[in-house]
Amino acid sequence: MGEGVARFWREIPQRYNFIGDRCGSCERIFFPPKESCPFCRRKSMGKMKEIKLSGKGEIVTYTIIHVGPEDFEEQVPYPIAIVKLEEGPQITAQIVDCNIDEVKIGMKVESTFRKIRQDGSTGAIYYGYKFKKRC
Amino acid sequence: MRDVAVIGVGMTKFGELWDKSFRQLIAEAGAKAILDSGIEGKEINAMYVGSMSSGRFVGQEHVGALVADVSGFSNLHISSTRIEGACASGGLAMRQGYLSIASGMNDIVVVGGMEKMNDVLGASATETLATAADQEWEAFFGATFPGLYAMIATKHMHDYGTTKKQLAQVAVKNHANGALNPYAQYQREITLEQAMNATSVAYPLGLLDCSPVTDGAASVVLCAAEKAKDYSDKPVKIIGSGQASDSLALHARRDICTLDSTVHASKMAYKQANLTPKDVDVAEVHDCFTIGEICAIEDLGFVKKGEGGKAIDNKITTLDGSLPVNTSGGLKAKGHPVGATGVAQMVEVTLQLRGDAKKRQVKEAKIGLAHNVGGSGASCTIHILEAM
Repeated sequence: MGEGVARFWREIPQRYNFIGDRCGSCERIFFPPKESCPFCRRKSMGKMKEIKLSGKGEIVTYTIIHVGPEDFEEQVPYPIAIVKLEEGPQITAQIVDCNIDEVKIGMKVESTFRKIRQDGSTGAIYYGYKFKKRC
Repeated sequence: MRDVAVIGVGMTKFGELWDKSFRQLIAEAGAKAILDSGIEGKEINAMYVGSMSSGRFVGQEHVGALVADVSGFSNLHISSTRIEGACASGGLAMRQGYLSIASGMNDIVVVGGMEKMNDVLGASATETLATAADQEWEAFFGATFPGLYAMIATKHMHDYGTTKKQLAQVAVKNHANGALNPYAQYQREITLEQAMNATSVAYPLGLLDCSPVTDGAASVVLCAAEKAKDYSDKPVKIIGSGQASDSLALHARRDICTLDSTVHASKMAYKQANLTPKDVDVAEVHDCFTIGEICAIEDLGFVKKGEGGKAIDNKITTLDGSLPVNTSGGLKAKGHPVGATGVAQMVEVTLQLRGDAKKRQVKEAKIGLAHNVGGSGASCTIHILEAM
């Protein structure tokens, strides 16, 4: 990409550890963690507590990417899904370790720590979560 | 609040315009609109221009001042502001122009929108468009922009039984309309078979479900309604304007199949216009992907949620249907120079209400609506127009 390092090299611990947060006012859980709860707003200020999520959930919807961004070209075709986590939040991630045809709405999945992309053959490697079928 | 009218419109041809630069395009569209309106440059109080990503597409920022400059107004020192809201940049610029006159601050405003997308390679254009999505939590993981709309389509098909054939029919309809529009990028019809069998971009969306990469510009001259007839025989009044936002990421929305920004912006505009969706005679909606048009006609209240696909089967939205949608060819066939789109929609609705839409004229069109979306639905503007 050649765009300097700050944007993707900056550490985003939530991305590796599935850390979300819970609103101390309404108990709703968010991922990625929010500075304030969009339902309670000022009542939630200072009451957002970090929480480790299970990484388990199910597929809400999905697509199979056939034309990918440059960094993902060697991975196509690959499934991308919106996963609803057991704790409530929905996230976007790749589905791996299964046949493309197996990916379905409602499929139970769990997170797995993987390499996401790389800046060319010698550039930085970025890691994060993907999801695989839950047995 | 003062009433505001459209007194002039203009646009360039949309397409792969290799022989024209970014600045030539907006100067051409602006000049056409100004000539159409009959105003003189010195009467312009302000300019608002929409551009999503001139910096990445042509390496030029600071395009507010540039547009005034290339339009020949540098010595008039006209206030000129660039507005960005991804693919809704044009609609956002329209609303800023509208508000500035409605507020009483300005009397005459020129609104423009432009994008020159073909000066970069296809992969780079795709990457730039993906900046409208959430970079940290969507694009980072490999989600593309077509991929986000594809996930809306998968869910719509699952929840409401919408079919790939219905998606394809949207493309067929919009290409049929584009064939009648001399400004459209694709002035040719396509068959249902072609649309259904096109190479897959992001399942279930194929190439012909997607709007193209386009160069182009559009412009509209706005005027306080009380003065509109001094300039134009056929002014068109803006009777409703709405704008709304939503979470940047698709996954964080209340409902994957509903663009709540469209629901809220249209409610705002209908309320101001004192109209219901049934009163609309012609609409330009944001069909960046075919599923976008199906969601739009639902979220705008033209049909019930989930019945957008059936509406296509029943030919409600064709040129001779009860509510023609995207008579210009839409983003699909007219083309989608992202910053220009929201303004080009206003050009089409104005032409329809003036009776100037020629081969694609909708009979007795009195009320028209323009619906412009940014990203996968994080921004939306609605404008409702009426012939004066």
